[in-house]
Formats: sequence, C-alpha cells, structure tokens
Amino acid sequence: MAVMDYMTTKKDELVGWIRKFSLFPYPFVTACCGMEFMAVSSTLYDTDRFGAALPRFTPRQADLLMVVGTISHKEAPILKKVYDQMCEPKWVMAFGACATSGGFYRNYGVLQGIDRVIPVDIYVPGCPPRPETVIDAIMMLQERIAGDHHPILPAEQREREPSHENKVFPIFPAADRVPPSQT
Amino acid sequence: MTATAPLSHEAIEHELGRLIERSWQSFGMTVLELSAEHLVPLVTGLRDKFDFVLFLDVTAVDYPERSPRFDAVYHFYSRRHNQRIRLKVRVPAEQPVVPTLAGHYGSARYMEREVHDMYGIEFAGNEDMRPILLYEGFVGHPLRKDYPIEREQPVVAYRSPG
Repeated sequence: MAVMDYMTTKKDELVGWIRKFSLFPYPFVTACCGMEFMAVSSTLYDTDRFGAALPRFTPRQADLLMVVGTISHKEAPILKKVYDQMCEPKWVMAFGACATSGGFYRNYGVLQGIDRVIPVDIYVPGCPPRPETVIDAIMMLQERIAGDHHPILPAEQREREPSHENKVFPIFPAADRVPPSQT
Repeated sequence: MTATAPLSHEAIEHELGRLIERSWQSFGMTVLELSAEHLVPLVTGLRDKFDFVLFLDVTAVDYPERSPRFDAVYHFYSRRHNQRIRLKVRVPAEQPVVPTLAGHYGSARYMEREVHDMYGIEFAGNEDMRPILLYEGFVGHPLRKDYPIEREQPVVAYRSPG
C-alpha cells in the first residue's frame, strides 16, 4: 500500500502542477473593479505569466470564476447559475471589497459578499485591488491547487473530498437576514 | 430660435400663477410648488407657453416628520430659454397618489416606475407599475426613511453558515 500511496501523492503533485499553470478565468465583471481587472490581465502586469491569461467567454470552459465587482440581490441568481454551469474542478475568486463583503454598499440592494451564495476560494481585498494584490492572490491560489488532492482516476472517485457545496465557509452572522416570505 | 432673456419665476407666475402655490429661486433655478390636481395643467402650460419640452427627471423626497410626508419633485428643461425648472408636489402618506405625466412625456413612464419602486408613490393613469430597478417579490420601499437600513431580501437562498 505504501507504494500506492507514494504513487498517488506523486500523481497529485503532477496533476496539481499541470492545473495550476492552466487556469482559465471567467471574468464576471459587474462594476468598476473591471478596469483593474483589465490592467492586471493586459501587458503591463500580465497574468499570462502565471498561466491565467486567456479569459473564456462561457463558464462551461472556465475553471476560475473571477467575480469582479458589486453583486446585487437582483444579480445573485445569475451568478449562481454561472457558477453551477462551470465544470469541476473549479475555483472562485472574490475580486475587490464589494464581492468580498459588499464593500461600502450596506443597503437594501447589494449582496453582502458573494460567499453567501457561492463558495469562495480566495478573497482579494481593495477598492479596487492593486494589480500586485491580484497577482499575489493568483499565486496563492496556485499554491493551494498544487497542494490539493486531485482525484482524477476512476478508483479515486469514491474517496473524493466533499464537493464545494458541502464545504463549510465562514459567513458573517446575520441577525437581520430575512427571506422575502417573512417580511 | 434665438435665446431670450432668462425666465424669472415672476414671468411664470404672471402666466400660470393660478396653478402655483409658491415660487422662488433656489441656486439659480426656479422652483414652483403646487398641489397635485394642478400638476397636469401646469405642465402643459409650461410646455406650450415656455417650451419646457424636455422631461428631465421625477423623484421624491421623504420627510417622515412632516405632513404631508412626501414631495414629488419634477425637473423640466426649456429649449427656448435654455433653462431648467423644478416642480414640487406635496404628497400625503395616507394617499400617495399624483397624476401621471406619461401621456405628455413618454419617458415619464419609466421614471415614474422607479419612483414607485423606491417611495411607493402611485401615479394615477400609469398602468405599468412593475418593479423596474427592484425585483418581483420585493416588499417595501427602500428609499423611505422608515425602511430598515440592514434589511435584505435575497432572491437566492443563502448557503447555510458553518
């Protein structure tokens, strides 16, 4: 068994190394952070150096969902649908203060952080974030992918880690979070 | 058409004074205050006599401690005088109804829907009062001062907290 464990670990390292340099982002750009996203993805800062340059124009071909900008309650169903359309493995980046926590929009209309609707792997602070912050976040995400378990063999499918849906992510306490039917 | 002298609120009062309750200058803009039943005659008068053909905006103001509680605020623009004008209509909270201007200015249909979303003011005659900025199922009017600032009405079910 020790040999099998060794082989599995080596396989995970290999798959992780491959996956971390072929991130295909889907930019879900809704607000002014999009300008900063353009800066970071174009020549001066150039996310292509990290293998995360080619934006896909359908979520079905992407594996990194970059939520760039404010998400309102009216838009949350669209974001959820886009996330559900992405194939596994998939990662989510909350880009900027609004996607992370609602930012300074503490009001009736804005979702107070996209982690209330979809699981988030990495949060990028800033309003908008500096390109260096985004690159740092991409590199941290790459480290995480490299260290992850990658169950790609048929025999591994059963011992797969719980999917994103079942993982526990911290969410802010919500005393005043009332579903529409109760208001 | 050549530009003429600036239009003073006295000139408007001279023509349409019977429809106006109060008028004054505010930061260079003429402001007219009137009651809801005079809104349509005054707007048509301003349009026909002073060329206020462009409907710029309708919004509202909530004064919770005042009675009547709301002001519906209209802005118009006159091509001939190159000048804007502000109309204020007081609206009671018990019966928040003002006549619609959709028959005179097409864009009023959409702006009145927004005011209805945000303040709950009805526009008599405007049949299409679906939410335009808010969504179906939203309860309440968020720009009223008594709307709780932290109340959320999510559309998607939130993920269960850990």
